[in-house]
Amino acid sequence: MSSVPLSSQAVSRPRASAPLRFAPWVVLAALAAIPLVAPAFGLDYYIEFVRRVLIVTIAAASLNVILGYGGMVALGHAGFIGVGAYTVVALVDAGFDQVWLAWPLAMLAAAGFAAIIGAISLRTRGVYFIMITLAFAQMLYYVAVSLSTYGGDDGYGIYSPLSLGWFEGWHPHMLYWIVLALAAAAFALVGRLAGSRFGKALQGIRDNETRMAAMGYPVFAIKLAAFVGAAAVAGLAGAMLAVNNAFVSPSLMHWTESATLLVMVVLGGLGRRWGAPLGVAVWMTLAEVLKLHTAYWHWPMGVALLLVVFFAPRGLAALADRRREAA
Amino acid sequence: MNTIFVIEQLLNGIGYGFMLFMLAAGLTLVFGIMDTMNLAHGSLYMAGAYVAAKVHAGSGFFVGGVLIAVAITVLIAFLLEMVIVRRLYQRDHLAQVLATFGIILIADDLVHALWGPSPIMAPTPAALTGPVQVLDGLPYPSYRLLMIGTGLVVAIGLYLLVNRTRLGMLVRAGASNRRMAEFMGVRVARVFSFVFALGAALAALAGALMGPISAVQIGMGESILIPALVVIVIGGIGSIRGAFVASLLVGMIDTAGRAFLPPLLRAVLPPTLAADLGPALAGIAMYLLMATVLSLKPAGLFPARS
Repeated sequence: MSSVPLSSQAVSRPRASAPLRFAPWVVLAALAAIPLVAPAFGLDYYIEFVRRVLIVTIAAASLNVILGYGGMVALGHAGFIGVGAYTVVALVDAGFDQVWLAWPLAMLAAAGFAAIIGAISLRTRGVYFIMITLAFAQMLYYVAVSLSTYGGDDGYGIYSPLSLGWFEGWHPHMLYWIVLALAAAAFALVGRLAGSRFGKALQGIRDNETRMAAMGYPVFAIKLAAFVGAAAVAGLAGAMLAVNNAFVSPSLMHWTESATLLVMVVLGGLGRRWGAPLGVAVWMTLAEVLKLHTAYWHWPMGVALLLVVFFAPRGLAALADRRREAA
Repeated sequence: MNTIFVIEQLLNGIGYGFMLFMLAAGLTLVFGIMDTMNLAHGSLYMAGAYVAAKVHAGSGFFVGGVLIAVAITVLIAFLLEMVIVRRLYQRDHLAQVLATFGIILIADDLVHALWGPSPIMAPTPAALTGPVQVLDGLPYPSYRLLMIGTGLVVAIGLYLLVNRTRLGMLVRAGASNRRMAEFMGVRVARVFSFVFALGAALAALAGALMGPISAVQIGMGESILIPALVVIVIGGIGSIRGAFVASLLVGMIDTAGRAFLPPLLRAVLPPTLAADLGPALAGIAMYLLMATVLSLKPAGLFPARS
């Protein structure tokens, strides 16, 4: 068996050197300090920006699990983000304003949709899988467009902020730290998953599905479980985006959003725990900076994408490895 | 709802179906022969629409505008194939999706820089502005008839090219088994370059023809790309015949869904529910069709690969 598709990225790596082992904690501390430091420099706007980056990181991390570990090229992940966001909208519209009720329910809703969509989609493979996940996301998109109760195409504004429950009123930037904590949890989970039994099985299926089936692994169930779990986390990210933006519209689940999510994961590094945070941070910062300076901010992103595809196909997170190998 | 209305909508569906076919034909061959996923096909469609609209508005010659649009788009496609797409054959689908998505981003900004951010007007040719009496009591826009006619000619031409010529034989050989064709001495890469250019020409033609009846704007390529991909998946990747059947099917279902579903639902459901459900069902009809086809025939209606 010599077929090695897509993979060879997440093979066992040398144990990280000491400074790299502490890197997550350093980054976490730096991020946690932002709301305390930024106002002193008049950079309040960037607190909101970093919060948005962190939320998208959660969504990207979930995609990285099924894409990087599972080899499932799902081009409809934004659909689950939308399901999560619209769950919050539905609850707010019905008069519930507790974040701690809305977020778990959003995860459940996204998981429910993913169970149905995954059960059908995972029977196909290759390009057909890409296309059928795209098709289901488009269906969700058109359903959202036609939901006139929730504003249809124009979207739905959440005018009274949701309650953070017990954390409410501690600090004006409490939401930021909650988002950061959840993003850190997602980061830790992705890192843990790589070494876990479930994660190993998933990577085994990516590399050789027939072999794993022959060894008695319930291949379909494992793939479906990963798909549903990733969708639930994406649903959470969508629900957090709804709270963060105080606005939800169908454009959240347009297919280009799914594609952008894929782009960010691959840019960062498939199947690597640093992949999602790096990819999202670099991509969104690049977009933000370019938007500030020019109306033509798409094409440099396109060029960057081509450069990554041709010159750094394993993503930014792999560049550190290469340097270490060269040393 | 009367017979005239139904026939009119069916004609619209056929017209839309033929336009989809022009896009899907190129896409399915590129996909089928080189196993290459090209999301930037929609950008070629956009290029065709913009150039045709601009040349037509500037010179007053509709046919000239269409021809120049096709020529320029083929030139762009030629460069694109040589510089970027050719390097993607050996890569996985993910790399192809990413790279061609990058091309979309560049193309959208290029159009933005050349022709501005707002949609432009694509005039209907003066000779074709009036309706034609198709049936008793059914006046039908003559421009839409031209679209149907052109689509028919393209479909027949493509059928003859693929099934009756030596070149078509090479194309079919490449689509059904590329390796075997290479063993037999077919220069598949060269055939592919030709197919890519042909696909671009058809995409540009579709764009140029769709311009006057739809909005010529940035992003038009992305929105037509998805139905075109749905078509090639339903038809079976690599199959021209499949693309033809599927594009008419999708064109009809999409048009019929938008025209007939809302009034039908209003007749049987409470109005508020019908107002929500009608457009939703019409929007997802073709995706439902695709999901159904794939669950029954996982390789599409007319699988090209043996």
